[in-house]
Amino acid sequence: MSRSAGFAPALPALILLSFIFIFPVARFLSFSVEAGHFDWYAQALGKQLYLRVLWDTFEIAALVTLFCLLLGYPLGFLIATTTPLWATVGFVFVLLPLWTSVLVRTYAWMVLLGRNGVLNRLLIDAGAVTSPLPLLHNFTGVLIGMVHVLLPYMVLLIYGAVRRLDPAIVQAAQGLGASTWQIIWRIYVPLTMNGIFAGCVIVFVLSLGFFITPALLGGGRVIMIAVLIEQQVRETLNWPFAAALSAVLLAATLLVYALAQRFGREEPAS
Amino acid sequence: MASAQLRLERIGKRFGEVVALDNVSLAVEQGELVTILGPSGSGKTTLLKVVAGFETPDHGSVKVDGAEIARLPPAKRDIGMVFQHYALFPHLNVRKNVAFPLEMRNTDKREIDRRVTDALDLVELAGYDERLPSQLSGGQQQRVALARAIVFSPRLLLLDEPFGALDRKLRETLQLEVRRLQQRLGLTTIFITHDQEEALVLSDRIAVMSKGAIQQIATRAEIYERPVNDFVADFVGESNIFHGAFSAQNTVTLDNGRVLQVKRDAAPGKRLGVLMRPERFSATGDNVFAGDVLEAIYLGASFKLRLRCEPGIELLVRQPARGKLPMVGERLTIGIDAGELHLFDL
Amino acid sequence: MSGRKFLVAACTLIYFFLMLPLLVVFPISISSAPYMQFPPPGFSWQWYERYFADPQWMDATIRSLQIGLATAVLALLLGVPLSFALVRGKFPARQLLDRLTMAPIVVPTIIFSVAIYGLFAKMKLIGEWYGLALAHTVLALPFVVLVMIAGLRDFDRALELAAEGLGASRGQTLRRITLPILRPSLISAGLLAFISSFDEVVVALFLAGARMTLPKKMFDNILMEIDPTIAAVSVMQILLVAIVLFLIGRFGRGLSAAAR
Repeated sequence: MSRSAGFAPALPALILLSFIFIFPVARFLSFSVEAGHFDWYAQALGKQLYLRVLWDTFEIAALVTLFCLLLGYPLGFLIATTTPLWATVGFVFVLLPLWTSVLVRTYAWMVLLGRNGVLNRLLIDAGAVTSPLPLLHNFTGVLIGMVHVLLPYMVLLIYGAVRRLDPAIVQAAQGLGASTWQIIWRIYVPLTMNGIFAGCVIVFVLSLGFFITPALLGGGRVIMIAVLIEQQVRETLNWPFAAALSAVLLAATLLVYALAQRFGREEPAS
Repeated sequence: MASAQLRLERIGKRFGEVVALDNVSLAVEQGELVTILGPSGSGKTTLLKVVAGFETPDHGSVKVDGAEIARLPPAKRDIGMVFQHYALFPHLNVRKNVAFPLEMRNTDKREIDRRVTDALDLVELAGYDERLPSQLSGGQQQRVALARAIVFSPRLLLLDEPFGALDRKLRETLQLEVRRLQQRLGLTTIFITHDQEEALVLSDRIAVMSKGAIQQIATRAEIYERPVNDFVADFVGESNIFHGAFSAQNTVTLDNGRVLQVKRDAAPGKRLGVLMRPERFSATGDNVFAGDVLEAIYLGASFKLRLRCEPGIELLVRQPARGKLPMVGERLTIGIDAGELHLFDL
Repeated sequence: MSGRKFLVAACTLIYFFLMLPLLVVFPISISSAPYMQFPPPGFSWQWYERYFADPQWMDATIRSLQIGLATAVLALLLGVPLSFALVRGKFPARQLLDRLTMAPIVVPTIIFSVAIYGLFAKMKLIGEWYGLALAHTVLALPFVVLVMIAGLRDFDRALELAAEGLGASRGQTLRRITLPILRPSLISAGLLAFISSFDEVVVALFLAGARMTLPKKMFDNILMEIDPTIAAVSVMQILLVAIVLFLIGRFGRGLSAAAR
């Protein structure tokens, strides 16, 4: 008699995924090869305008990842190395923004970053600047917004990696006279590298496909690939081109994941 | 339902390359408690799982009161089982845990209440009904597990190293309780353990297992006093074991040259193993050993000594604690009579 | 250890950054000004009143709740058995199935949204709530599976063996022992599925049609910068998340295990 579950329980979910996910996506992507030719790909990857969009998307994703890492590491580290009570508090303040709707957060940034927004008002009133800083409807605004949305993911992954580290190693280092700074750089960072790596991969990949934040905070000036795809479908009604762009986006996403698999194998000894 | 008689015939089970059970046969009589004793990896747990129905043997038969049950699912076998880590349902209180098998058998509510109360009385946990397993000590949890395993009057009771996680005193108490319970109910029982003292306390008969096979199955006295091979002699009790061969009438020459007087006789050259139990030595005897004390341990009721005698002979000796504990380096003379030596074929 | 103090100080700033947007919407939602203004000149419940009085907002909210509930139920019904198969199954394509289950997270949502829009448009399912629920279920499935797998990994299988030995059939074991013990994970997974659907914007943008979900209406509102009713809605949404977090903390299973 079989102790283990068979394949059967997975069937309903598999049917759903097949009809509502695999089929539609495959169908859509197939539009990109209209009448057997790859012209739309040529356009997506050839024309200056669209290459620009791709480049911008990658650039933003890279910057967002960098900032998320710089801000997320200290936070993940702190939550992982503090008392259970404070750790719970720390978690709540990470999960709350994480689960708050992207819309709410994006809207709040619009309020904060606008010419008459909270930030500019405060800065002007305090005399720090004379005219409002352009923080909205541009690259900067999108950057801020995206970092805010994706930071919690980085924090959670760093937290996991730091938790898995054997505290005895740190104690040994302290006993041998290492300063806090040295401990962070020579012990924690190298040994949590896989968490850092995972966090960067996730944040980067999610950034590539971002739509809401650049759409609302970019004011039409920051075109990331997802925004472009939406435009092609909604306004231009150019489905094949949208499909080609999507295929490129998907390929880039899968490529990043594949590279991550290749280079992210080693789990540090603990 | 009365207790049953169990017959295992030539049970074989492999896991890939590993032979877990090597044509094991075992007969357990009605009302008997048989302990399967062996180190980890000996196959004892696998054997238990075969009887319970959690493993299917590759070949062989499992007969309860003459009926083959190897194809029956565990739920239909009417066998009570107590697991090593209790496996109490954490979300149910004591009463509901014990009532569970009766509910599975669609027993009537009044009957369930009565029988659960009786079972809890038997294991001396009356009044603990509402508690959750997390609120019980290890010993109490094990008693609940026991109550749950017998409440539905099973034909067989199986216990898988149930006391491993408990401290010594508690273990001893529970061992006696299980024995008393089993005898009172007349329940055919198989008990698995790696602890040979536990086996000696509990069993009617002991089956010593190693490497998937039963090395010897006999009464406690038989196993202890007349083990049939090196493994059994070494595993049960403390021992001094040597190999040698018959050299003359009633004489055995050990591999290291030492000559011993023995009670048995056989053709010269016949190889055998010699067992000397540490407590069988006295001040003198047919065979005398003189040696230096390597270790002397005071155990309250006895002394445990390790003597180095001639090369190749180190002896473990147990003496009742009388007088002073011998000192390390002291020279002692001890002896053992021919009749106190146990011989087994190699 | 001044290093530690420095760390705490830096983190406090970062936390401030994280919470800032959430905090900002509160004062705006109770502003007495007729348009977006900060700092708010006075106190007023007007925006909340607007929200509750407006049939369109109410309708959108109810639709979102309805779809969220349907998603939670469906995601659990499909995801729990799937998790069992993934953790305990011994069939050849198991790794493939695992990859497939996680695919909705891997594939950028915009692609899925457009793709499903294309399909549903053909099938005339745009604007139908169950179409949206199906799409949301696909997106929620990976999360349900992640939480359930974490719960199953920690589950002591000896309990199931004990139940069977005591006479329970497979079904009884599942119903009386396995699922009740897994309840915290089920609760977490269900709440996670609900909130992911309730907040979902991108798919809703495409599939919601004329009768909108709450996020879709919010999106349109933001784009057109109509009025701070949005702030009131945001506050309530934040409170909803706080409630869900509380419920998970109280009745559910720690998500930190599932976080990795």
